[in-house]
This record gives sequence, C-alpha cells and structure tokens, in this order.
Amino acid sequence: MLYFLTELKEGLAISFRAIRANKMRSVLTTLGIIIGIVSVTLMATAIEGVNRAFEKSAEAFGTDVLYIQKFPWVSNDDWSTIRNRRMLEVSFAARIERQSMFSAAVAPVVGTARRVTYINNSMEGAFISGTTSQYLATAGVTLGDGRFFTADEAAGGRPVCVVGATVVENLFPRGDPIGKTIRVAGYPYTIIGTMEKQGGLFGSFTADTRVFVPLYSFQNQFGGRRDVTIQVKVADLKQLDDAKLELEGIMRSLRGLTPGKANDFNINQQEILTQTFAPISLVIASIGLFITGLSLFVGGIGIMNIMFVSVTERTREIGIRKAIGAKRRTILIQFLSEAAALCLIGGIIGLAIAFPLSLIVDKFLPTAMPLSVVFISIAISLVVGLISGFLPAYRAAKMDPVEALRYE
Amino acid sequence: MENIIEFKNIVKTYDMGGAEQVMALQGVSVNIAKNEYVAIMGPSGSGKSTLMNIIGCLDTPTSGQYLFNGLNVSEMNDNELAKIRNREIGFVFQTFNLLARSDSLHNVELPLIYAGVPSAERKRRATETLQHVQLGDRIHHKPNELSGGQRQRVAVARALVTNPSIILADEPTGNLDSKTGEEIMMLFEELHRQGNTIILVTHEPDIAEHAHRTIRLRDGHIESDEPVTRRRTYTAAKAS
Ligand SMILES: Nc1ncnc2c1ncn2[C@@H]1O[C@H](COP(=O)(O)OP(=O)(O)OP(=O)(O)O)[C@@H](O)[C@H]1O
Ligand SMILES: [Mg+2]
Repeated sequence: MLYFLTELKEGLAISFRAIRANKMRSVLTTLGIIIGIVSVTLMATAIEGVNRAFEKSAEAFGTDVLYIQKFPWVSNDDWSTIRNRRMLEVSFAARIERQSMFSAAVAPVVGTARRVTYINNSMEGAFISGTTSQYLATAGVTLGDGRFFTADEAAGGRPVCVVGATVVENLFPRGDPIGKTIRVAGYPYTIIGTMEKQGGLFGSFTADTRVFVPLYSFQNQFGGRRDVTIQVKVADLKQLDDAKLELEGIMRSLRGLTPGKANDFNINQQEILTQTFAPISLVIASIGLFITGLSLFVGGIGIMNIMFVSVTERTREIGIRKAIGAKRRTILIQFLSEAAALCLIGGIIGLAIAFPLSLIVDKFLPTAMPLSVVFISIAISLVVGLISGFLPAYRAAKMDPVEALRYE
Repeated sequence: MENIIEFKNIVKTYDMGGAEQVMALQGVSVNIAKNEYVAIMGPSGSGKSTLMNIIGCLDTPTSGQYLFNGLNVSEMNDNELAKIRNREIGFVFQTFNLLARSDSLHNVELPLIYAGVPSAERKRRATETLQHVQLGDRIHHKPNELSGGQRQRVAVARALVTNPSIILADEPTGNLDSKTGEEIMMLFEELHRQGNTIILVTHEPDIAEHAHRTIRLRDGHIESDEPVTRRRTYTAAKAS
C-alpha cells in the first residue's frame, strides 16, 4: 500500500513536470474538457433551476391541501365525458366542514379576472378570489403585512381585500399599500393585508397576481353562479388518503350520486402535479445531459489523442524507466495519473468558468450551482481522464524495454 | 567460485516476418563468477548487445536456460524481471540514457523510487553515490548542463545506487573521447576492487585490457574465452 502511494506520488510528480513542460499543448488539450465541464455543469444548474421553480410553484398548493373541483388538473379522460359536469356550490364548504373528521380547515374559492386600479396605476387581469376567512389556513401561502379578513368581515361582505405581491408592485410602485383603497372593476376595496411573494411557473395560480375579497362581497358584485373550488386542509398529512376517501363520500352524498355512478367531481392535490412533472423533468434532464455530455466525450477523445502522442514521444523515457526497474503497473500509473491530472485541471478550470455563468442563469431561474454538481463534475473529469488515459497508458506499460530503448 | 551467471545454450532469434529469421545468438553457454571483470568483444552485429540485454533481464532468450544467482530467469514474468533489473543489475549505456528533464539527483534516485525506498533515505543515498563519482557539485544539474563524461558518471552512479550484484556496461566509452573514457574506466576499476562484478562490451582493445577475462563473439557464437594476460591497471600505470 505504502509502495503504491509512493508510485502514485512519483507518477503525479512526473505528470506535473510533463504538463508544465508542454504548457501550451496541455492548455489546448484540456480545452475540450473545460468546454465539456462548463456545458455539463451549466446544464445541470439550469435543470436544477427548472426543478426548483417547479417545486416552488407546487409548494404554493400545499402538500396537505386537497382541492375539490369540477375538473381534474391532469387527465387522460375524454373531455366530452367530463365537460358537462355540474358546478360545485359554495354551500358544500360548510357541509364538508361539519361532516369531515380529517379536515382542519375548509374554504370555498370563486374567482374571476378583472382590472384593478389605484389612482393612475392599473393592472389588467388581476385574479379576484372570493373566499372565507379560512382561506389562509388552506393554502400554501403566507401573509406578508397586515392581516387577512375575519369571519365577520367575510360574512358581512365588507369591502376589504388582501393583495398579492405582483398586484402591489403594479399599483404601488413606491410601496405602502396597507389602508389604501383600490378599485376592483370599479368597486372600492380597502387593502388590509398583503401576501408574500411566491414566484413560480404557474402564473395565475400563485397568490402574486390575486386580490382576495370576502366571498359575500364577491357574489354580490360579480355574480353567484360561478364554479367553486373547495380547498380542504387536512389535519394530519399522514391521513391524506383517508381524508380523500372521506371527502369523496361526503361529496357523493352532496351530489346525490347513487352507488355505481361515477364521480362528477375531482379531488386534486399537489402530488398530481409533481407526479406529472417528474417524468417530463427526467426526460429534459436526460436529453440535456446527454447532449452536453457529448462535448465532454469529445474532450475525452482529445485527451486520449494527446496521451498517445505523449507516450510515443516518451518511448525512450519509458525504456529507461523499465530498464532500471519500473514495473508495468508503475508505467501505467504514471500515464494514467498524467491523463487524470490533465482532466482534473480542465475540470477545475471549467468549474471556475461555469460558476460565474451560473450566477447569470440564476437571474432567470431560481437556482445556484448545486454543490453536488461541483463534486460530481470533478469526479467525472477524473473518470474521463482515467478512461481516456487507459489505452495510451496500457500501450506504454506493455512496451518492450529493449525496443523502447532503441527508439529514435 | 560461486557463479552469478550461468548461460546454458542460450539462443535468441528475431522473426523478420515470413520465414526469415535473424539468429542473434546461436547457443551460447558461459558462466561468470562473482567479482569477475569481463570484457565482451567482437565485430558489429555479432550479438554483444543481445547477450548483454539477456544478462540484464531486459530481454528473454528464445530458448536455453539462464540462471541468475541460481534463479531461473527464463521462467520469470515481467514483474519479477523488473524487480531483478531494479535490485540486482546496474546498467550503463553507450548513450547514457538519462532522463533529460530531471537533474542528476533525481536520475540517480530513480531506481530507489522503484525499489520503494523512502524519500529521505533516497536523497541521502543518491547524494552519497554522486559524491562517490566526483559529482557532488553537480547534483542539481540537468543532463544538458553536463559534459559527456559527467553524464556517464551520473549513469554509473544510477547503476551503483542500489548496490546491484552486477554492473553491465554496453560500450560505456563509445560516445566519449579517450581521456574521459579513461576516467570512466578508472571508476570501473575502483568498483571492481571494491568487490563488484563487471561485464562490459567494447570495441577497443585498450579498454578490454582493463578486464580480467575477454569473451569474443562472432556471428552469435563464442569464438574465444580467455583470461587477459597483459592487464592494464591504473595503479600499475601510475607506478611505472
Ligand atoms: N530487434 C531486432 N530485430 C531484428 N534483428 C535484430 C534485432 N536486434 C538485433 N538484431 C540483429 O541481431 C544481430 C546482433 O545484434 P547486436 O545488437 O547484438 O549486435 P552487436 O554485437 O551489439 O553489434 P554492435 O557492435 O554494432 O553494437 C544483428 O545481426 C542484428 O541485426
Ligand atoms: Mg551493440
């Protein structure tokens, strides 16, 4: 073991001397590895960014929140069989709350897109959500400043609202929105609270572009015949499946479905999104890494090529080393460590270039170069070095000493 | 006297493709004892280098038996041969064969690295050996910063540093002028006096006369094998 370490140390010392003696050539050779590592790490960073953006968006739905809705979020069913489903009713929420054992909070949500204005500022297509005071407990959002409306305010149809971050940005560029009265499709509402910024991929699903108003006010001003989403927060995440079954039963009885009739509603949950996204993300990641991996492969071939040149150039040196007692293994280690060192240097330079670039990617996607990518790419460059160095090193190791010494 | 080398009917042929073959050695049998000083002579192409390479375990015979210190070398694998080359044999070449990018110290250290000697001891022994060949002041010179004679002395130091059983020199003075050649021969003579076994190949009768025994090769055969009657020694030359 000690002997092996001595050999490795000597091998590395020789490698660095050889690399230094051929600086220009070494730099050009490692260029392929540098480009390979830069593209692979940036691709990995971007993929990580897309995944994180998705996760963040999915979080907004809450892992322990069930969404009872007319339509499924993701479906393979024929649209014609579900398009004629009856709307859900606001009154279901209260019945569910009374009957369900597994739920901690239930909130009906109705919505419509309207124009909101404050003095001279306006925002088109803000998503107006009418809901109850329980909403906050049933969603993956957090209140920023101020407060949410109370049960009394909701029941009394008070003209108060809670707005999302994008709405604030649009209407109050200088900030300080609490207490101001905005107009929602002309109706005045006073802001009593704001939501924290969510970001994410699913546009109108996030709280950012929403204006939350009491359900009763909403129905008065925008009409009561609207499809309702009933958000149910489950008391214990472990009982999510039980809760689903229970809700299904309650809903079937509310709908008056006889046994044997199919559900005419869906209970959606965040998991559906993650499950749908996971295979897509895997495909994107595989294709992306495969394509960028090709450049690394080309870099590896470059290393192999130059290692063959290096072995041929140093035939005589190999002969000398063998004549004075270097074993095959010693020579093999020497050239393997040279190839590995070249690739490692390339990998480290590549990382040094990719890191600042990843900060630019960060401007578009919520990402940072994952630490695992740093270690993995160093490991990859080492492995590329060992693989591409193996054939040349093997050729060197099995050279005949007499012939090698005679080489001109 | 104990034999260090026993050759029994050693044959070396080279396949030249097709039926053509070169018989470099055609059945050579010879014994060499410890602390002998042997010169191998013969015309160009007679098989001297081939013989030396086999003795030095750089090459293996096509047929025949080679016992080195009683060990059957003809049956050894690559690793075992490398070990023998490293521990038991010191090779000195006509063209020096030093590592161009390394200084004298590292060149002399090299066999010790392959022997697994720890760094500090390696440095000490290499330095001592370099001092022994009068190169104590050239330790950090690279080969291209040394004269031919100095390079060959580095090569001799490298051959000596592991305390090998034999020193093999294939025309060690072939690339040197006669004066520097003499210096190298003085070094060999001293090594022999200290108990080393030396085998050297040379074309020059003057050089061969330093040895105690001359083996002449012709066309892959031993033509003659006799003791040197009129020996030259530096001590004698100085005395006269
Ligand atoms: N690798 C080889 N392939 C083919 N023939 C070879 C090879 N090596 C040596 N020979 C032949 O073997 C014979 C002996 O060669 P060797 O090198 O031993 O001669 P030598 O006595 O050392 O000659 P010189 O005094 O010129 O160095 C020569 O005829 C040579 O052509
Ligand atoms: Mg020769």
